[in-house]
Amino acid sequence: MSGTTDGETGRAAMEPAAPVPRPVLRMEAVRKSFGGSVVLRDVDLEVAPHTVTALIGASGSGKSTLLRCANLLEEIDDGAIWLDDEEITDPRADQDAVRRRIGVVFQAYNLFPHMTVLENITLAPRRVHGTGRAEAEARARELLDRLGLGAKADEYPDRLSGGQQQRAAIVRALAVRPRLLLLDEVTAALDPELVGEVLAVVRDLKEDGMTMVLATHEMGFARDVADQVCFLDGGVVLERGTAEEIFGEPREERTRRFLRRIVEAGRL
Amino acid sequence: MTFAKEESGGAAEEDSHDPYVPSQRRIERERHKRSRARRATAIAALSTLVTGVVLYLVVVNAPGWPRTKETFFNAQYAREAFPKVLEGLWLNVRLLLVCGAAVLALGMLIAVARTLRGPVFFPLRALAAAYTDFFRGLPLIINLMIVVLGVPALRLQGITVDPVLLGGTALTLTYSAYVAEVFRAGIESVHPSQRAAARSLGLNNRQALRYVVLPQAVRRQVPPLLNDLVSLQKDTGLVSIGGAVDAVRAADIIVGRSLNYTPYIVAGLVFVALTIPMTRFTDWVTARMDRRRAQGGTI
Repeated sequence: MSGTTDGETGRAAMEPAAPVPRPVLRMEAVRKSFGGSVVLRDVDLEVAPHTVTALIGASGSGKSTLLRCANLLEEIDDGAIWLDDEEITDPRADQDAVRRRIGVVFQAYNLFPHMTVLENITLAPRRVHGTGRAEAEARARELLDRLGLGAKADEYPDRLSGGQQQRAAIVRALAVRPRLLLLDEVTAALDPELVGEVLAVVRDLKEDGMTMVLATHEMGFARDVADQVCFLDGGVVLERGTAEEIFGEPREERTRRFLRRIVEAGRL
Repeated sequence: MTFAKEESGGAAEEDSHDPYVPSQRRIERERHKRSRARRATAIAALSTLVTGVVLYLVVVNAPGWPRTKETFFNAQYAREAFPKVLEGLWLNVRLLLVCGAAVLALGMLIAVARTLRGPVFFPLRALAAAYTDFFRGLPLIINLMIVVLGVPALRLQGITVDPVLLGGTALTLTYSAYVAEVFRAGIESVHPSQRAAARSLGLNNRQALRYVVLPQAVRRQVPPLLNDLVSLQKDTGLVSIGGAVDAVRAADIIVGRSLNYTPYIVAGLVFVALTIPMTRFTDWVTARMDRRRAQGGTI
């Protein structure tokens, strides 16, 4: 399938050569400002294949901006970003080709309301990747079944619950077999009882070996699922480490303070 | 100073103390972007030049060009026609301003009437629907003839026979039907949740419409409204069927005398010149509105 070729061949060609797997996503000294306010400064990040990176931090700390920069939805001011060793922030890079290899799930689902769930999911495979209708729909239905949405394929998004819509949005992002999946606060708009079904899907994807970067306020989930946790504060990655390190024994005072507030709010 | 900054850290940090220096990478990237922009400008200029020259050569080398030039682009007739056309244009402008205001007001009224709920308003809704159905379907020229020629024929006491007033009335009747539909589409395009939110704050139906729904509807309707207003501006010339002299009629009179079509070209260009600033102005207004609530992002 055309969706896989980029990522798969890239990995096949690289992996045997390097003893340490090359990062899927790498950021170096990324800086981003809006008008006068600097939202990201000097951000470095490495995401190894088949790992999950969780970005935590207060609102406005730059988590969403970081994800938007990785998908080239925002143009960075300085620094560089690589996807599988290709510098995607190079002005000569084909931005559409880069985005074809990255799946994104938004906080507000962003499903297209004028299309059925199935049409939402098959849009990119059919129009961008040139997959045939039958094949695209078969894969879409298979994914929908796996995520428990088999019966909703021909419904319009507005008829679905928030959790169902978000799972449909995840299927839409997965349908093109992305190399990397970016999840931007995917449970923030959901009712508490619907959060679980979406997080379960993310856990399943981790089992399947999907490489993911997620911005989240669900600390318990981040501790559970993340291989790497980055604490952002004021646009800087203040602290990074394994989930045990960050949640167990944070080195920075600001991290400790943030986690304490979370605990007080009963979210951890 | 530096120490204090590190202490406060993060979001509290003031950007004026930011020791940021653009990296070589950024400088190189921006140089590349600049050179790409320069190249794009150069290509655009070249392509425009070539297109212009080709068009010019095709027209000038057409077999009938010398004759066409004499008939349509005669400088002497243009000079003669220009002041007369301008004089006539003043009538078009006045009609546009008065009819435009009347059309917007009446159109809005009809649109609101059509969106009223409740059985009490049924006759009003039906009337408004019948009005738009009828006047959107009726060809403007027939409407004009009926009003401009038919009304004076009735010889009613106290009713004007001025062709400009009657023509303006006919234009308003037709165009308010168009504009009413534009407004109605706009009102219905505002998501029901907006009305629900307004009503939940205790605003009544009229207040919800006035303060929440209409402002959003009108914003979306600016381009189609402008379309109708420009169309109205050109159609104001049709009042000349009652004998009024507008820009087109002024040109017509000279053409009839001289059998040279240059005055039509002059009138046409004057209309175009009138439209362009209007379009740019609305573009500017809508762009400003968009900027204020912009969401950011490069796509």
